[in-house]
Amino acid sequence: MAEPRTIGSFHGGLHLDDHKALSTGRPIETAPLPPRLILPLQQHIGQPAEPLVQLGDTVRKGQMIARAVDYVSAPLHAPTSGRVIEIGPRPIPHPSGLSDTCIVIEPDGLDTWDALPEPISDHIHADPADLRERIRWAGIVGLGGAVFPTAVKVNTSGRQPIDTLVINAAECEPYISCDDLLMREHAADLLDGIAIIRHLVGAGECLIGIEDNKPEAAEALRRAIADRDDSPGEVVVVPTRYPSGGEKQLIQLLTGREVPSQDLPAAIGVLCQNVATAVAVADAVLRSRPMIERIVTVTGQGVQRPGNFRVALGTPAAFLVEQAGGYREPVGQLVQGGPMMGFGLHTDQVSVTKATNCLLAASPAEAPAPEAERPCIRCGACADVCPALLLPQQLYWNARAHDFDKVQDYHLFDCIECGCCAYVCPAHIPLVHYYRFAKTEIWAQERDRERSDLARRRHEARLTRLERLEQERKARLRQKKEALEKKTGDGKADPKKAAIEAAMQRVAAKKAALQAQSGNPGSE
Amino acid sequence: MDFASSSSPHLSGPQSITRVMGLVLLALIPGTLALLWYFGWGVLINLTIAIATALLAEAAVLRLRGRAVGAALIDLSAVVTAWLLALALPPLLPWWQTVLGSAFAIVVVKQLFGGIGHNPFNPAMAGYVLLLVSFPVTMTRWLPPEVVSGQALSLADSLHIIFAGMPPPGQSWDAISSATPLDQMRSELSQNHMISEIRQSPLWGDFGGRGWEWVGNWFLLGGLFLVWRRVISWRIPTSMLGALLLIAGLFWAIDPETHPFPAFHIFSGGAILGAFFVATDPVSACTTPRGQLIYGALIGMMVFVIRTWGGYPDAVAFSVLLLNMAAPTIDYYTQPRIFGKRGRDDAS
Repeated sequence: MAEPRTIGSFHGGLHLDDHKALSTGRPIETAPLPPRLILPLQQHIGQPAEPLVQLGDTVRKGQMIARAVDYVSAPLHAPTSGRVIEIGPRPIPHPSGLSDTCIVIEPDGLDTWDALPEPISDHIHADPADLRERIRWAGIVGLGGAVFPTAVKVNTSGRQPIDTLVINAAECEPYISCDDLLMREHAADLLDGIAIIRHLVGAGECLIGIEDNKPEAAEALRRAIADRDDSPGEVVVVPTRYPSGGEKQLIQLLTGREVPSQDLPAAIGVLCQNVATAVAVADAVLRSRPMIERIVTVTGQGVQRPGNFRVALGTPAAFLVEQAGGYREPVGQLVQGGPMMGFGLHTDQVSVTKATNCLLAASPAEAPAPEAERPCIRCGACADVCPALLLPQQLYWNARAHDFDKVQDYHLFDCIECGCCAYVCPAHIPLVHYYRFAKTEIWAQERDRERSDLARRRHEARLTRLERLEQERKARLRQKKEALEKKTGDGKADPKKAAIEAAMQRVAAKKAALQAQSGNPGSE
Repeated sequence: MDFASSSSPHLSGPQSITRVMGLVLLALIPGTLALLWYFGWGVLINLTIAIATALLAEAAVLRLRGRAVGAALIDLSAVVTAWLLALALPPLLPWWQTVLGSAFAIVVVKQLFGGIGHNPFNPAMAGYVLLLVSFPVTMTRWLPPEVVSGQALSLADSLHIIFAGMPPPGQSWDAISSATPLDQMRSELSQNHMISEIRQSPLWGDFGGRGWEWVGNWFLLGGLFLVWRRVISWRIPTSMLGALLLIAGLFWAIDPETHPFPAFHIFSGGAILGAFFVATDPVSACTTPRGQLIYGALIGMMVFVIRTWGGYPDAVAFSVLLLNMAAPTIDYYTQPRIFGKRGRDDAS
């Protein structure tokens, strides 16, 4: 290999026990199909997909069952062949525990493939627009957990040219090992994906950032790179320190460049993609496979047989846990994602989606119930570990006081919610919870403001319109009057006016006569 | 199967307020033992009275405020406050003054502002200042270190003095008590004595008052332990002692006969205890890194200014309280550059 690259550093962060050995002991297993696949229409950031199938339809494996309705959206494909038995609300894996529209498929067990588009084998000479279209068709989203549509992310036209592709192989969250195993077993596919994305965005170099607690994966990648003659990327081993896998942190580690506050890496010519996403891109382009399955780590002291599984999207969490030998009591929490940034599932009836990188069945000792919150003693331990260099304490005070302007002055929206501050807090304050609350409130206020702005604009438009109509009416009247005055001013007798006066005189006479009449009987 | 769920992160570190306060107490032990060694039983009696008072006062106020008493008492913050106050008190202070200072610190300075985490002023120092301005005679009546006096007060004598408020029969205050080296230096300088003359006295050691200078070392040891364990940051102690050293060195260089040499300032009075244990009190200090440097340096300068030209011999308590008031403003203007924002022009 080339001379070792100097590795940058980021502020703060934590050294955590990684607990990865729990789930890295066995190769990736393919989980069987469950009796029902439950596919939420919203498995990505953006507009939810729109169903293309109806109740009772038979679908084939890889068939698009819901289409992207907007630029920032992603389609959904049937993970196997079968019948659509329900389209309706089901619990989805979301922190709120709410339900959302899902397509439920009953597999027929035949796994019949639908007709698929031709693979793009000569991807090096392919038109980037075709590649993007293929990625969009395949419904690929960021599989590191952010689930942002990849076709949108790789469309960097109109911005600064991308010089560096960063592959996020850090997998810095404890417990999760799906990317680790994927790299060990599918290093060549990853390199294919990298080559495609590099061609797509025109990146001159690619850096694969991997934490030093995954030597097997790094070695597998190095071997796979040596086997090729196009040297698609360079493996850069970084020290294990949470959150090195944060996009901005990893970019700083590998390139020494800082992504500007509240901007995208593209602003400094960098594109960052997760390992599994790059593999999915290779599958879509070279093998015409849509995104219908993913690798999921099932781990924690709360499962009998932790490991990594290749899982059809829509597989219920409970079914997947059974494949891992079932629960080992007591289970404290079932977390989707890692222990630092994942969220607790309210039920295991929700299914694996594109975002599910890990199911952590944590024993009460592993994820203890939060301790009683005590007052902040302003010790500043939070600021010492904040990788975004924020003042978590000031954010907390202002969020708590509902001072949403001040909390933005302290750069609330630069918080990546990594949880380092809450981890070290001696007062056990759920700091991230306060930040999420403040963010949600601010978004709600902005929506309200937009709505009221719209209403105000409408109201103002109506007032101007009424005003205009009134002016026009007055102008018409004035014109008429002027025309009239002009006529009378001419001295001509107005026959109409004379007629009206005559009529009025007649009426007055009649009235007087009537009064006289009615007066007489009254006096009788 | 259904599960309870909580907000991320689902892991939490080993740190707790009780642990932080416990480490502070642990770090205070070497210096406290040294004080005990040089000044006798009175130190221990003061500690006992102050801590008992603080715990009782804390419990009483929490009950009145309708808060959980247990959780607040085991956080040990009241013990730390009382301990720091007791270390600053003359060893033979009448018991009721110790009670008053400790209760004032907890009830008025801490709890009336909202309890732990909400007090803008350091409670121990506020309690100390209350006693100093109210009882200047008893508060400046220190003991000479035993290495100087060559005699130790027995436990019974110490108890007698503290609880009866007068020396044991057959002894007088003049025989027992002595001014602190800072006090001594101050009064002699005001009589236009030269430093070289003043230091002829057997009270003086290598760089501070005999006995006194060694107490500082032991507090320094505890302070370094806290820095090592990351309970406190190095910034406030370094900038405070650094600024004190610098400004004292400057004046000493100009006129070494009327300005004591810099090490005297560091190893006398409460400078080291203040730098590591008082000024670093997180609740009332600055929290931004640059702010902490400024805060510490201003305390150091203020200590020198008050010691040299002010009305009181020692100045750590006043300096800390004055800068406590400035801390929020300093914090506001010293916010660190956040990730992804370059230079100060981006600070908006």
